[in-house]
Amino acid sequence: MSVTVSDEPLAAKPFEPTAYHVREGGQGVALDVRNFNLWYGKSQALFDVSMAVQKGLVTALIGPSGCGKSTLLRCFNRMNDLVDDLSIQGEISVDGTSIYAPGVDVIALRKRMGMVFQKPNPFAMSIYDNVVYPLRVDGVSNRAVLDETCERALRAAALWNEAKDRLQESALSLSGGQQQRLCIARAVASDPEVLLMDEPCSALDPIATAKIEDLIGELKGHYTIVIVTHNMQQAARVSDNTAFMYLGRLIEYGHTQTMFVTPKKQQTQDYVTGRFG
Amino acid sequence: MSDTTAGAGQATKPAEGRRVRKLTADLSAVGEPALWGFGGALALGIILIAGFLALVAWNGLTTFWPKPIVQVELRDGTVIAGEPARYGRFRPGADVLERLSPEQREEIAARGGYSDRTLYRTANFDLYGNDFRWVPDFEVRSTSLPQDFLLFERQEWGPFIGRIAGLVLDNRPVPRADITLDMVRRAQEEARERFRATRRIERHDIGAVNYYMEQERLAARRAEIRFGADSPQARAAAEQSAANIAALQEEFARHQARVAEIRAVDSRNRIVLEEIGGRTKETELSQIVRFFPSNAIGLWESIGIYLSRWAEFLTDEPREANTQGGVLPAIFGTVAMTLIMVVVVAPFGVITALYLREYARQGRIVSTVRIAVNNLAGVPSIVYGVFGLGFFAYTMGTTIDQLFFPERLPSPTFGTGGILWSALTLALLTVPVVIVASEEALAAVPRSMREGSLACGASKWQTIRYVVLPKAMPGIMTGLILAMARGAGEVAPLMLVGVVKLAPNLPIDGFFPFLHLERSFMHLGFHIFDVGFQSRNSEAGKPMVFVTTLLLLALIVVMNSTAVFIRNRLKRKYSTGQF
Repeated sequence: MSVTVSDEPLAAKPFEPTAYHVREGGQGVALDVRNFNLWYGKSQALFDVSMAVQKGLVTALIGPSGCGKSTLLRCFNRMNDLVDDLSIQGEISVDGTSIYAPGVDVIALRKRMGMVFQKPNPFAMSIYDNVVYPLRVDGVSNRAVLDETCERALRAAALWNEAKDRLQESALSLSGGQQQRLCIARAVASDPEVLLMDEPCSALDPIATAKIEDLIGELKGHYTIVIVTHNMQQAARVSDNTAFMYLGRLIEYGHTQTMFVTPKKQQTQDYVTGRFG
Repeated sequence: MSDTTAGAGQATKPAEGRRVRKLTADLSAVGEPALWGFGGALALGIILIAGFLALVAWNGLTTFWPKPIVQVELRDGTVIAGEPARYGRFRPGADVLERLSPEQREEIAARGGYSDRTLYRTANFDLYGNDFRWVPDFEVRSTSLPQDFLLFERQEWGPFIGRIAGLVLDNRPVPRADITLDMVRRAQEEARERFRATRRIERHDIGAVNYYMEQERLAARRAEIRFGADSPQARAAAEQSAANIAALQEEFARHQARVAEIRAVDSRNRIVLEEIGGRTKETELSQIVRFFPSNAIGLWESIGIYLSRWAEFLTDEPREANTQGGVLPAIFGTVAMTLIMVVVVAPFGVITALYLREYARQGRIVSTVRIAVNNLAGVPSIVYGVFGLGFFAYTMGTTIDQLFFPERLPSPTFGTGGILWSALTLALLTVPVVIVASEEALAAVPRSMREGSLACGASKWQTIRYVVLPKAMPGIMTGLILAMARGAGEVAPLMLVGVVKLAPNLPIDGFFPFLHLERSFMHLGFHIFDVGFQSRNSEAGKPMVFVTTLLLLALIVVMNSTAVFIRNRLKRKYSTGQF
């Protein structure tokens, strides 16, 4: 099956520069996936995926369970390396550099990408230590820098007001929604270029979900965000571009409004209208 | 329902005859007969453990309580005095029955041929050649509790039961009528002070002189090995050390003179003890550790004696072939050996587990290694002892001796059993427990934690160091606690690699390098074996066995509770709140 992506729907929307674009100097492609195939052992999980994630925008990956959207997301920061017996073909590049090329510093790559997981996974440390963890492993020990980062990240994750008086308390004393926002704070603490979110709301109640969605709205424009979600309303609410995947293939990729209102493919139409999936 | 006054009441109270049956109480109704089995097994286990602990605690705690001295007059006219130690039932032989009167025979026959008897601790081993004596009830004419009988605990020969027949103070006999207990007590306390002073001089001062003399000898020998026996350096060193040794010998003689002086005073202060049969025994007052009139003391004095015996037990050295006195060297040896073992086994086991679980490629080789580790836990401990002796002491130790202590050869330094080799042998014995527990704990750290850390740009080692290990620490501690309990209670391998019957010198002292890992040591577990089964009179050692067992159990409980306390603190710190 050939790739369905075209630049046409992405370009259809008039471009509005965000803070990110101002900071990074213009729009363009943040993550470029070209003819990417992936196998877990002998079973193929991704088939010839090609897509270009736009800088400074929110890209949602949707599709039924097992369609490979999480797999694709975890390729961006090479978290899939932890899986034994993994093989790939094709290319993913960040700023024109292939991330699967030999000799790539995986740790440096991961520092450029913040990641938020399905379940909140704060470490068994204080709130403060959780947030500054990416800096600590980087060797930063200047207290002023750490304090400043902690406040900035917690403010960015809209957790500052709730957590500022209990920074030294265990992160595990926070509620589930707060923990997830803490994980977002941790992901943005090292000021990454890309924020990868793997179903960040699936373990949360509706109120916490709404808070996280608001937060994504606020973070949008500051980072390139790729979010995997099961929830079509969520994808419609938070994203600029949407990619629909099915059985390991990228079916359609385009501007979110187009995807939900006038999809090109019948499969997309069926999925977003809830006829299957 | 009869009462229908309020509508609300109707709504909340169930109608008559429809009461909900509670299922929780009736096991057969629940239909789980296995529950009886499970509960029964648990109850049986608890009863066994509680019974064992109660036995040890009762015997251990009552050992030091002063017992009465009973004077027994036998039918054949002899009189004995002793502390009743034990009661029993026995079947008198035909030759014994023959000698008895018909009434006595009838009485025994009425009881099915059995009679009761009492074991008296008659003490006075030096006079009787025995500490204990069984007295059948039918031989007893009368018993009484004489107020003037005293129990003397002596430095040597064990206890003495008898009266004070005479007192010699400064070579002048005190008239018998003038002797009072207070007077004896004062004199005895002074004498004990002298005894402690001589021991201090012998241990501390003379010990130091000996140590320095040995150092001098070794320095000369070192020069001889290094430069050759005929070299000028060796000769110079020999002369130097000979001069130093001469100076030290003067000091040695001075200390010995001091000891002799005190001993001379000691020999002028004596006490004459008289046993119940009238035989007397004269001994120096300084040899009397403690004495009291067993039957004439009140509750408070009993408590005082009880506590003073415990204090001696916990803080003093053994005497009388370990059946009397204290066990301080054994306590120290047990704790020190266990701590060294933990210090060795913890990093070794945890690092192995980390490699197996985090780094090694899971496959057939790792599975084989894992099975092998599990099997190691089943190897009999004496095998570890043999291995420890052969590998640690004889191979490694001998090599160390040749490399670092050539001047002491042929007497071994590390080339024989010692506390270090014991700790290493036990570490080997317990490392499978630590590995298995640590692996389980590492495996239980959720994958999401590792991913979270790696996604932050942490390296694998940073992830393990900051996220995985802290999270796994409570589980690792559990493994260490199990290892510690096993190690502290193990005796068999230690008998081969360093435990000895008597080693009053602790492995720690004031001489460089302060901690002497090559020294042999005493161990409570071995002490139990030694006192209970290797001493000249196992009956005399029996109370000591119980007290030592109690102490060993208490020690293990204390060490384990400390570890559990630390683990629980870690657990609270790392307890997961939400998921």
